[in-house]
Amino acid sequence: MTPQDDRPVSPASDGGTPPTRRQTKDAARQDEVRLENAAETAGGELPPPAVPATAAGIGAGPGPEAGLMQRIMTGNALVAFLSVVLSLILGGLLIAVTDQDVARASSYFFSRPQDTLGAAWTAASSAYFALFQGSVFNFEGDTFTRMVYPLTQTLTVATPLICAGLGVALAFRAGLFNIGAQGQILIGATFAGWIGFTLHLPVGVHLLLVILAGMVGGAVWAGLVGLLKARTGAHEVILTIMFNYIATNLVLYFLSTPAFQRPGSTNPISPQLDASALYPPLLGPAFRLHWGFVVAVLATIFVWWLLNRSTIGFELRAVGANASAARTAGVNVSKGYILAMAIAGALAGLAGVAQVSGTEKVLTSGVAASFGFDAITVALLGRSSPWGTFAAGILFGAFRAGGVAMQASTGTSIDIVLVVQSLIVLFIAAPPLVRALFRLPAPGATRAGKGSAPTRTPASTGAAA
Amino acid sequence: MSTATTARDERHDATGSATVRSWKNPIILSVVAVLASLVFALGAPRNDVTFRLSEENDPIVLPSIVVSAPVIGWIAALAMIALAVYAILRTRSGQKVPTWVLAVFAVLFLVAFLTWVVGSARTPNVALYGLLAGSVTLAVPLIFGSLSGVLCERSGVVNIAIEGQLLFGAFAAAVAASLSGSAIVGLLAAAVAGVLVSLVLAVFSIRYVVNQVIVGVVLNVLVSGLTGFLFSAVLSEDSERWNSPPRLPVIEIPLLADIPVIGPILFQQTVVGYLMYIAVAVVYVALYHSRWGLRTRAVGEHPKAADTLGVNVNRMRFMNVLLAGVVAGVGGSFFTLVAVSGFGRDMTAGQGYIALAALIFGRWNPIGAFFAALLFGFATNLSNVLSLLGTPVPDQFLRMLPYVVTVFAVAGLVGRSRAPGASGIPYIKG
Repeated sequence: MTPQDDRPVSPASDGGTPPTRRQTKDAARQDEVRLENAAETAGGELPPPAVPATAAGIGAGPGPEAGLMQRIMTGNALVAFLSVVLSLILGGLLIAVTDQDVARASSYFFSRPQDTLGAAWTAASSAYFALFQGSVFNFEGDTFTRMVYPLTQTLTVATPLICAGLGVALAFRAGLFNIGAQGQILIGATFAGWIGFTLHLPVGVHLLLVILAGMVGGAVWAGLVGLLKARTGAHEVILTIMFNYIATNLVLYFLSTPAFQRPGSTNPISPQLDASALYPPLLGPAFRLHWGFVVAVLATIFVWWLLNRSTIGFELRAVGANASAARTAGVNVSKGYILAMAIAGALAGLAGVAQVSGTEKVLTSGVAASFGFDAITVALLGRSSPWGTFAAGILFGAFRAGGVAMQASTGTSIDIVLVVQSLIVLFIAAPPLVRALFRLPAPGATRAGKGSAPTRTPASTGAAA
Repeated sequence: MSTATTARDERHDATGSATVRSWKNPIILSVVAVLASLVFALGAPRNDVTFRLSEENDPIVLPSIVVSAPVIGWIAALAMIALAVYAILRTRSGQKVPTWVLAVFAVLFLVAFLTWVVGSARTPNVALYGLLAGSVTLAVPLIFGSLSGVLCERSGVVNIAIEGQLLFGAFAAAVAASLSGSAIVGLLAAAVAGVLVSLVLAVFSIRYVVNQVIVGVVLNVLVSGLTGFLFSAVLSEDSERWNSPPRLPVIEIPLLADIPVIGPILFQQTVVGYLMYIAVAVVYVALYHSRWGLRTRAVGEHPKAADTLGVNVNRMRFMNVLLAGVVAGVGGSFFTLVAVSGFGRDMTAGQGYIALAALIFGRWNPIGAFFAALLFGFATNLSNVLSLLGTPVPDQFLRMLPYVVTVFAVAGLVGRSRAPGASGIPYIKG
């Protein structure tokens, strides 16, 4: 997201005609970007934050606010699409190579190569077909409900991914690399779950309190990291990783105490949450999709507003772009760290609520599954923009929901989903590689350097400014 | 001392003003000293604690150390309070708290804690030599991992992919050793696997200038998915053929291995263990006393200056990242050739991240990383030993111990850690 890339997006407003509102806004945004860049050169002597503000834009492309048409025009959508295709092809190759039938057919490859190729095609395509059928549309369903059931499953799985992904993305924008979504989800779910099964409150109030408790839990857990970073300068990557392990053990401990453990059980599992503490189903009892998804949509809107339209969001982005410049400009950096982590934690806490009072309905130590770690890739794929994270969350939700179905029907391990997901993020992050592989022309010569590599080094920024 | 003032002091620290007093250390020391005297002295168990230094049938038998828990508790607590008072006085007169105060304080705390926790166990008797030797063993992959991080970060590339390098090394070692029947082949394959992960990291972060942290995190996921997939699709289908590697033998150095306490630690290791000691020494010497090391550090601190003087920055970084892959890959072989025989899904279990913590805790220095990793290994081993001894502390809290120790170490002792200047910033010539 270099200034160079932004330029072609808005036609120069010096063309004689008075600039439209859109153009003025774009120009203002460019100024902002340029200021941020210029600020970055100021603090060359200090170590950079773990994730520079460029985490917001892994590759090149117009800002998250740019319209859909503009995105397609600049060819990034094409790169994204090709990245997905390429990753799927590589994943398919992996499935084919390890397939038993393919191995058998390859023993006589030179006499009948078409057998090997046929078996390879069958292995990969049937796995992907099962993946699609398990995540989008079930062709074999006999009723409409059964046909669209996979899609609602995708949205159900996407809900915690979106919430936690938003948390990771928000922290990114403030220059913090939050690997701790896993622990934040767990603690959030613990708080929410405890309110859910210990208190017995009227419908409405109960759920509201559960959601609030989940957010507070996540916020406290993550805010602690922000506090430690702000006060002692400890590295947040280390802190969040350690807090993940501590959270897991803490939840296990809680689940062995009478306050949390299900009466009469020796397993680390809590009682079921009250019905009044659960998210109501969104599309009726036939589907698992619950109102948590609506909360995730609201959270996305909120994060978008926070980052792009509020003073707090501006300050957080300033801290992320360059902490020392922000400090010089009068932003309280310590407060920024704490606040960014606390909000990120609250969002992860929402993911915990979605799990404990939407999908799982009980608290166990495995309630967070691996959503906290997947959330990192979701945020990366979404380029730390709220709506990008939302879309990435749904894509990964589809992979996960479909992966379960695929493993059940074709026996292909769900781990292939991890491979495909990480390949997608890798390829999308390196557009020049994808362009080279597909022999696409490099985008316009207006861009500096090799391809569209993020050129946020002091040297090039100095030249631009 | 209000927190607001502390924050202001620290801000001045950050901007480089030298004469400002930092009250952080005295405050931390005082709080810990008070807590220690409450728990370890007042709450000391009223019995003796035995630390065994050798087994009865060892060639050289040392007498066991038997101490009284309350006596040790009180002595250590009073000494800690004295140190805290000393730190307060130093800070009030505007001087810095010397490093030795922190070191002595930490040792006292450790002794008092060990005495208290072992004394409270059902059997207040622990084999000190086993505790230490086990710590080193557990620290081996961590040390390799953090050395890999040192090599990368010193040249200006953040390596979050240590976890992936370890895991892929472990996987390759298991498969290659099983297929060839030779553990040494497995060791070599592990190095190659580490390099492969490094290669992706280098190509994406140096050639394509993708954010290094992102590449690292994604690589970890990729390796986890890849090895997990191959494990279920290939390894577990025919584990006799693919996943039954021979173990590396323990090589005892005659005579030296018989020295009590340090013998088993230094002279009773597998090839991987000896390689670990060699790697620490070699990386340390090379980094600070060789032309290569100077160039590496220059490239990591100020690439433009290095470039001006004719060092090819990106080639230097590329080579260092690949070398780091060798180191971490060998470390990964520990999991499948030494610890257990065979690969398991995600068997590195976050050790790569802990190696990263050790690297930062050790201030990007090979020796520092070595001791940081040892501390972590010690905490892990202690929690294992204590759960066997049967302490009143719940099991979950014991398992938290290594992570809590790391948090305290990183937040309390290290403070504002300073990474190599250009770590994480891609270099584009021009």
